[in-house]
Amino acid sequence: MTGTDPIEIIVAILLIIGALFTLVGGYGLVKLQNPMSRLHAPTKAGTLGVGSMLVASMIYAFHHADGSLNELLILVFLFATAPVSANFIAKVHIHRDRVGTPLPELEGEREWATKVKPEDDA
Amino acid sequence: MLMTYALYIAFGAVALTMVLSMIRLLRGPYLGDRVLSLDTISINAVSLIVLYGIAKETQMYFEASLLIAMLGFVSTVAFARFLLRRDVIE
Repeated sequence: MTGTDPIEIIVAILLIIGALFTLVGGYGLVKLQNPMSRLHAPTKAGTLGVGSMLVASMIYAFHHADGSLNELLILVFLFATAPVSANFIAKVHIHRDRVGTPLPELEGEREWATKVKPEDDA
Repeated sequence: MLMTYALYIAFGAVALTMVLSMIRLLRGPYLGDRVLSLDTISINAVSLIVLYGIAKETQMYFEASLLIAMLGFVSTVAFARFLLRRDVIE
């Protein structure tokens, strides 16, 4: 085996880390029992997996050709939007009563805003 | 050499994750789970395109992965919004 480039080793390690995180996210999505737990697995692991692969792609582009920071755009976008979409899906779970444990009681006449049906607040 | 094996492992892991989320998409049991599986599939498509770009040593596929990331987010929010309010834009 000829001498391996240290940059290639770093890129390979990042790719393996990304692959492992992605796989753990997919496994958790299938294996976990509770809807809220299933929400937790792929959103965290999947985002970190993609992030690691994007960093690997950036380093490899800089090493191999005149690289650019294009992938940083995808990275920032994914990191900014993953919590938003996870929050929306969690709200869907609450709205449709799929949480598992009952929500805490509210004082007075108030109701959980997520559970208000569209026709109620006309 | 090392890069090739790492790329193969990463391709296999991402493809396997897509299959696993497809299983969750078909099995359900709740609508929120199906939306979550679609979101995971779109994120995995992004990483698949990025891996293909590394394998082909080109920056050409960057726009495609950015487009898929944006459309995946917008479609997830639209699905969730529809399930919450029965209306996407009120």
